[in-house]
Amino acid sequence: MSANPAIEIRHARREFRVKSGLFDTARRVVAVDDVSSSIPAGSVFGIVGESGCGKSTLARLILGLLAPTSGETLVDGKRILDLDRRDRARLIQPVFQDPFASLNPRQRIADIVALPLTAQGTLTKPEIDRRTAEILERVGISLVLAGRHPAELSGGQRQRVAIARALILRPRVVVCDEPTSALDVSVQAQIVNLLAELRRDFGLTYIVISHNLAVVEHIADVVAVMYLGRFVEIGETDQLFRNPRHPYTQALLESVLTPEPGLGVPDVGLGDIMPDPANIPPGCRFHPRCRIAVDRCRVEAPIPKFPSERSMVECHLAS
Amino acid sequence: MSDTATTATLPAVSGSRVGNIGFAIGVAICCLIALAALIGNALIPHDPFTQNLNNRLIPPFWMEGGNPDHILGTDQIGRDYLARLVYGARISLLIGTLTVVTSGLIGTTLGVLGGFFGGKVDDVVLFTITCRLSIPVVLVALAVVGLLGSSLTLVVATLGLLLWDRFAVVARSTTMQIRNLDYISAALCAGISTPQLLLKEIIPNIAPHLAVVATLEIALAILLEAALSFLGLGVPPPLPSWGLMIAEGKDYMFFSPWVIFIPGVALVALVLGINLVGDGLRDVLGTRRR
Amino acid sequence: MNVPLLDVENLSVTFGGQTAAVRNISFSVNREETHCLVGESGCGKSATALAIMNLLASNGRRSARRLTLDGQDLLGMNERAIARIRGDRMAMIFQEPMTSLNPAYTIGSQMIEVLRRHKGASRRAAVDRAIELMGRVGITAPEMRIAQFPHQLSGGLRQRVMIAMALMCEPQLLIADEPTTALDVTVQAQILRLLAKLKKDFGLAILLITHDLGIVARVADRVSVMYAGELVESAPTQELFDSPQHPYTRGLLSCVPVPQKLRRGEPLGNIPGTVPQIAPGYAGCAFRSRCTFANESCAADIPRRLATPRHDFLCTRLPEVMMGASVA
Repeated sequence: MSANPAIEIRHARREFRVKSGLFDTARRVVAVDDVSSSIPAGSVFGIVGESGCGKSTLARLILGLLAPTSGETLVDGKRILDLDRRDRARLIQPVFQDPFASLNPRQRIADIVALPLTAQGTLTKPEIDRRTAEILERVGISLVLAGRHPAELSGGQRQRVAIARALILRPRVVVCDEPTSALDVSVQAQIVNLLAELRRDFGLTYIVISHNLAVVEHIADVVAVMYLGRFVEIGETDQLFRNPRHPYTQALLESVLTPEPGLGVPDVGLGDIMPDPANIPPGCRFHPRCRIAVDRCRVEAPIPKFPSERSMVECHLAS
Repeated sequence: MSDTATTATLPAVSGSRVGNIGFAIGVAICCLIALAALIGNALIPHDPFTQNLNNRLIPPFWMEGGNPDHILGTDQIGRDYLARLVYGARISLLIGTLTVVTSGLIGTTLGVLGGFFGGKVDDVVLFTITCRLSIPVVLVALAVVGLLGSSLTLVVATLGLLLWDRFAVVARSTTMQIRNLDYISAALCAGISTPQLLLKEIIPNIAPHLAVVATLEIALAILLEAALSFLGLGVPPPLPSWGLMIAEGKDYMFFSPWVIFIPGVALVALVLGINLVGDGLRDVLGTRRR
Repeated sequence: MNVPLLDVENLSVTFGGQTAAVRNISFSVNREETHCLVGESGCGKSATALAIMNLLASNGRRSARRLTLDGQDLLGMNERAIARIRGDRMAMIFQEPMTSLNPAYTIGSQMIEVLRRHKGASRRAAVDRAIELMGRVGITAPEMRIAQFPHQLSGGLRQRVMIAMALMCEPQLLIADEPTTALDVTVQAQILRLLAKLKKDFGLAILLITHDLGIVARVADRVSVMYAGELVESAPTQELFDSPQHPYTRGLLSCVPVPQKLRRGEPLGNIPGTVPQIAPGYAGCAFRSRCTFANESCAADIPRRLATPRHDFLCTRLPEVMMGASVA
């Protein structure tokens, strides 16, 4: 790990208390369970996982929108929860999934993008306007659209606006929570390309959360696979995709339907049991669905192994 | 505008013709009455307060014994009825709007705070709303006015402090709906302060729903004021509140029915107009896509 | 091959007289064939499915030269006749398993209703069949599930229930509108395998609507690509992926990142611009504003050409011009 990581997540944990009825006793749902990672500046960290794995909760923890039950996140060595909102805004910004829901429908594009600047309260209006125009141009939004409302833009354009808003303060880290999942295929590629370009030009660090493995493979340097609140495998992208160690990663990769005809639909053998964060299995949390589970897996939770500097796997049986 | 891989939604169904006509009628009625309230008394040659005991109870001009000089006739002490009616419109609208402004401010503040912060704050807000709902509004209004005397200000203050519950409930539920949307999260990440968040991000997005509530509450306030005045505990005479006009006319209603008929019709028309506008607003909101 | 099970000729759908969502498309689906209708949002694929089932919104109008199911004309039928066929001989499953099941009724009662309405079966018989089908679609402990409500099941299970419900009366045609889009990728694989198996067991014809080219490649026997309401290319799956003709198809294929075949650091292919909204009476090729090969001839009527006897596409620029060039 490099000396000065852009962002460090240390043992982040988040529990929720959930009651399903008036007289039910509250259950503890552990959405994120002891997640740690150290991400070097200028790199892209991908997080993949399916529903129920806790990746959205993790995103909110990292952004400081949600307080962890224990653990902390540090950006540039500073604990983000110690900072006030404006200082935090200069360090870390989000790009969310749904371009319909991430822009205030009642505001004009220019105001939406300028919000991080106006919230800082230190810049003059002409300066704010100048920087807004600059960033809009950079993301490919013509200034004609600056006075319009989000409803008048297409999904791809809105996502560009969201990216412009995230970058206007030149933050250190940008957290992208499913940045392309709500977009059409031909537009997804535009957004992915834009994100890659901007990272190079602005020297950004990204955390990209997605269930779309191909997008993650394209853009990330290191990928973490999340299952029921924990990272079960971390590795450099090429190595993880070519040689997945954890049985869940293997199943996940096998499930991806590449546009290659004639190969049929694979049988990944995961069984019918759905992962439920309110009912985490004892031992290895993946064991009920694992093809190679043995008795030890049912009782003893695996400890992380580190086959190399940038990889980790939590499995009794991984080589 | 496509680009998104959600299911291809079918185009929104446009509002029904009947609904659009209703809205138009409502707007027309309200505009007419508002116009009359503003400039009516300047146009009418008579003064609403001048008495003339020689001209008592003249019927409206289209009835037998009518006098084109007094288009809607005169009341029991000879005051021109049209002039009183028009002045009464001013009172009704004034009370309606001032009440709604007051109750709107109170209710929206409570609702937004409860909906946004949740937890203990919301518990307090809910409790306050429940208390308010258990108070019988008309009785309290009557009691207050009965004890403290009647005046325009007092009626507005009393009703304003009592009629905020619907605003609070709607503000709270709509705030809760949008609280977890991504643009609120993005604004928080952008560094916005909480007051700015409530004012700039939340309130503009719940405003349309509050507008619908406001129209209904105006109608309610006007009706309540008329009821209070009818009971003698609203606007003090000689101010020509429509409720008061009806009350004053009830002794003569068998011989000169127009005395209560005319302000009664005016009241119905105004409330109907406001309700049609409110319905129209709700339809527009219902079919608008977010 | 004899008469196709579903035969659609010159189908058009307009909304409110202003939007031509589907323009003159023709295709057919044979028994035991999976035909995929693929396109991005706004291309008209969902409207096509709803038009076939006669489930368009009140301002939607359909017209076609021919629309038959197993030789029987669907166009001229009144609503009652169609209602008898819907659920019985042709069934549909939708994208959102959360909203397509009625939350107020148990899944058992919803499934039973289908059979009793169409076949007049007794309650006992309907329950037995429901349990049998739930087992066939891979739902464990069906006797318990039958009394559960939709919200008690996960998305994948709900989709299986939808499939089971669709199969209650042994339909000949199953229309699936984005059946796995809302599901996790591991569940998606299971559901698609299930559909393939059921196709064989029941001899179903499946019309699968999707935007996901991965699904198309793995599951479809035949593919039709839709753009702005038109069917721009249609071919057997292998042929479409091996030699796509239409510039839109080529562009689309180049956009999809293939894991482990990517070159990181190189930008992904994309198609600049957006899908236009088409009004009735639009002439020429709808893709021309985004096409690198467009010229004036694209503003006139576009002929349908054949690349091979089973592979047709809508383009007026000569194939030879495009053979050498790549898109994006």
